[in-house]
Amino acid sequence: MRTRTPIRDTESESSLFARRVFVAIGIIAAVFILLIGNLYNLQVKEHTELQTRSNDNRIKLLPLAPNRGLIYDRNGVLLAENLPIFSLDIIPEEIKDLDTTIAELRQILTISDDDIAQFERNLRGQRRFSNVTLLDDINEQQVATFAAHQHKFPGVSIEARLVRHYPYKELLTHVVGYVAKINRRDVERLKQNDELANYAASRTIGKLGIEKYYESELHGEVGYQRVEVNNRGRAVRTLSTEAPVPGQDIVLELDIELQRKATEILGERRGSIILMDAKTGGILAMASTPSYDANWFVNGISVKRYQSLLNSKDSPLLNRATQGGYPPASTIKPHIGLLGLEEGVITPTSRIWDPGWFEIKGVDRRYRDWLSWGHGWVNINTAIAESCDTFYYDLALKLGVDKISGFMTQFGFGETTGIDINEEIPALMPSRGWKRARYNQPWYAGETLSVGIGQSYWTATPMQLVSATAALANQGEHLVPRLLRGFGTIGRLTLAEPAYKRPIVLKDESHWQVVKQGMEDVNMGAKGSARRAFADAPYTSAGKTGTAQVVNLAEDAEYVAEEIAEKYRDNAMYVGYAPADDPQVVISVALENVIGGGGSVAAPAAREMLDSWYQRYMQVTEQGLANADD
Amino acid sequence: MLTTEERQRNPILKKLHLDGPLLLGLLALAVTSLFVVYSASGESEALVWRQAIRVSAAFVGLFIIAQFPPRFFERFSPILFGFGLLLLVAVLLFGEVGKGAQRWLDIGPVTIQPSEIMKLAVPMMIAWYVNRRAIPIRLGRLVIALTLVLIPVLLIAKQPDLGTSLLVASAGIFVIFLAGLSWRLITVAVALVAAFTPILWMYLMHDYQRQRVLTFLNPERDPLGSGYHIIQSKIAIGSGGIDGKGWLQGTQSQLEFLPERHTDFIFSVFSEEFGLIGVTLLLALYGFVILRGLIISLRAQDIFSKLLGGALTLTFFVYVFVNIGMVSGLLPVVGVPLPLISYGGTSMVTILAGFGILMSIATHHRLIINQ
Repeated sequence: MRTRTPIRDTESESSLFARRVFVAIGIIAAVFILLIGNLYNLQVKEHTELQTRSNDNRIKLLPLAPNRGLIYDRNGVLLAENLPIFSLDIIPEEIKDLDTTIAELRQILTISDDDIAQFERNLRGQRRFSNVTLLDDINEQQVATFAAHQHKFPGVSIEARLVRHYPYKELLTHVVGYVAKINRRDVERLKQNDELANYAASRTIGKLGIEKYYESELHGEVGYQRVEVNNRGRAVRTLSTEAPVPGQDIVLELDIELQRKATEILGERRGSIILMDAKTGGILAMASTPSYDANWFVNGISVKRYQSLLNSKDSPLLNRATQGGYPPASTIKPHIGLLGLEEGVITPTSRIWDPGWFEIKGVDRRYRDWLSWGHGWVNINTAIAESCDTFYYDLALKLGVDKISGFMTQFGFGETTGIDINEEIPALMPSRGWKRARYNQPWYAGETLSVGIGQSYWTATPMQLVSATAALANQGEHLVPRLLRGFGTIGRLTLAEPAYKRPIVLKDESHWQVVKQGMEDVNMGAKGSARRAFADAPYTSAGKTGTAQVVNLAEDAEYVAEEIAEKYRDNAMYVGYAPADDPQVVISVALENVIGGGGSVAAPAAREMLDSWYQRYMQVTEQGLANADD
Repeated sequence: MLTTEERQRNPILKKLHLDGPLLLGLLALAVTSLFVVYSASGESEALVWRQAIRVSAAFVGLFIIAQFPPRFFERFSPILFGFGLLLLVAVLLFGEVGKGAQRWLDIGPVTIQPSEIMKLAVPMMIAWYVNRRAIPIRLGRLVIALTLVLIPVLLIAKQPDLGTSLLVASAGIFVIFLAGLSWRLITVAVALVAAFTPILWMYLMHDYQRQRVLTFLNPERDPLGSGYHIIQSKIAIGSGGIDGKGWLQGTQSQLEFLPERHTDFIFSVFSEEFGLIGVTLLLALYGFVILRGLIISLRAQDIFSKLLGGALTLTFFVYVFVNIGMVSGLLPVVGVPLPLISYGGTSMVTILAGFGILMSIATHHRLIINQ
């Protein structure tokens, strides 16, 4: 047993204890004041900020994608539509073990390794608690299969959305273009234009053609749903909704039947046919072949398929109507003739002798006419109708390249026409200054001769040719080609006003008629280069053929198309308008590397096209273009 | 004497060995608990029922304990302490592992948490030991007393259960403090603790505990990881404002941004829904219970009862302080529940058992006979 203090002074021990208790009470009071002070700080002083953070926690803005505007042709035929599709989406944060979940999904659905690779790519850089698509565009069978097993897959869901679809596939790709996934560059651009917020719910954006040019009108405005979410980001209730504003519908000047016809005429050949309303600049048909199915791009094109498009020697990605730079060849002879008349170098009746070749004084080289035995006496009218080269060698030499270049620029050569798609090149209208700047070389007289027959460095797009021909047909009124007919739908359409470039004003207005007569004689004259193609046409018309050499032949070489490689064969060109006295439509045809020339190949194509137009619009009404909403 | 007056004022309670004001305070807390648990559990009636049953059972425990005289607890102290130590060792050897810690002992149909026993056994043991001699405690005996505290504390810390070891340690140290430990020694002890801290950091703390401390020092360091809890908790408390968002209206808790919302972080739920007014009232209620406990201790008739009652009350205060301090960002998150409010049975039983001892002290009187 341990020894105990015999007597304990309970009183003094109690008072010691009491003192300690009072110290403790003091400390407790101090701690309570500290706690309350801290809570006061949080609940009163920092209340506003923490209240905001609390709201940020619970309130999420869910963007709602606007429905993209539809695209119609001039008669109300739907060219670009929105179809509902289903996708199998995953919210990764709501899934414990992603690999197991995917393995289990594979037991009920067909999921390829490619799908998973794509999914894993999408997984990176995805916002927290947002859907990542595992399977896109699944069919109803698959939707039903998953629905039956849905309870086993929290965090996996079927989502429906609208995707763009182009029912005419490759027929309109170069006109309507397509939408495709928004990529990093698009995001950068949207950010710069302060438009990124408007795309918060959008997956695609216009990448080409009308879809790109009218993106801001077609897209619409994003809507928002304010929802209260829990800590897993799941919406528990909707607080308010601001509906998205759908994009505007667009009606094109295009006539899908004429477009189909143009494509048919081109067939397997590479080239372009454009038919334009001569009164408004509206494009009735704009075909470029070969083409490709625009739908391939909407949901992401496979690398293999894209590579094959990119590397094809037929360049299907090229929009030949606006990006094809062709030597205009003889199609620009009326314009150069006009300049000759204006400059007084020639008169409507002045003539030269064509022996079949032309010589520059002091240069030992003969420039050959396409007709080797020569046209004999030619004036401006016969030079256009029969497409005499010698006449133009002489005229061009007298005018000089800079005068030609300046005048042709007024007709829009060397600059974009301003048509409402972005895929357009200015092509090239050469001049002394340009050659100096480009090659640091002087201009040679021989090159002026080539320019006189639309060759040398001179290139033009079929769209420029249509525009320049329309300016001639309209006697100086210079329309800007336009695909858009108006915003809205048929019946409630806000028609777009025709746009014009600076008009071409002549010193003598009668000169228009001189060259136009030459063009009429091309189609309707006894020796016209397109007379066979336009024989027995039920309408009057005017035009100009052109055959462009792709390679320069030696002075005395014989050109036999069948014997040379396809890519060195001539291009056949044609421009024209109809009817001759009151032009309603303007046409341009460009055919690459064909056997035959403007007169024998391009002019018949134009005839076929114009016949179609005539049947659809002139035969029935006999009073101009029949518009669906007139 | 006051006690006589009380006896006359409340003869029934006195016979039942219950202290009226203390009982009232505890019941008020328990009822509050049911309402907050209902809200914090996402309006789960099942959970509230379970909590109600546990509270009732714990009050029955309190009532039973209150029937024993303090003398009994004094005699019983070394036995309970020894038994507790054995169980702690057993836990380390055969214990159930849960949440990365070894805290439970599976004995047939029940699992017990020996560290909970130590919350009572340690202050009882130290009070018993200190009371062998007159207070103030002398240095030599102090070393032994501290050793008696440290052994179970280290065993619990090793499980690891930092929160409980902290509470057990404070319970023991409070006895020593109340026993008149000299201020000079207290100063030395504080210095020693300061010296011990690096050792604790380097060798005794687990990685997750160190993370908690680091996050406590700067929660925004890892807002989506370990700082998430404390940030969400502060948002909950602060967004409550002065009058709160209203019962069941706390978005932080109802939408589950708060972690452990019906257990360790229940105070944040309460603060969000009842605001500064609510928490002030709650703290006042705690203050009342603590004060009543201290008054009972002051009135106790023997030194053992005084020391034990005082230490149990102060430990209860530590619970309140550590829990509120941690959820409001003053202290690191150590996993201490809000006493009598948090959902959960174990700590509720221990705490009310402690108050049962206080009831016993308040209502059993013996002749004061100095030996």
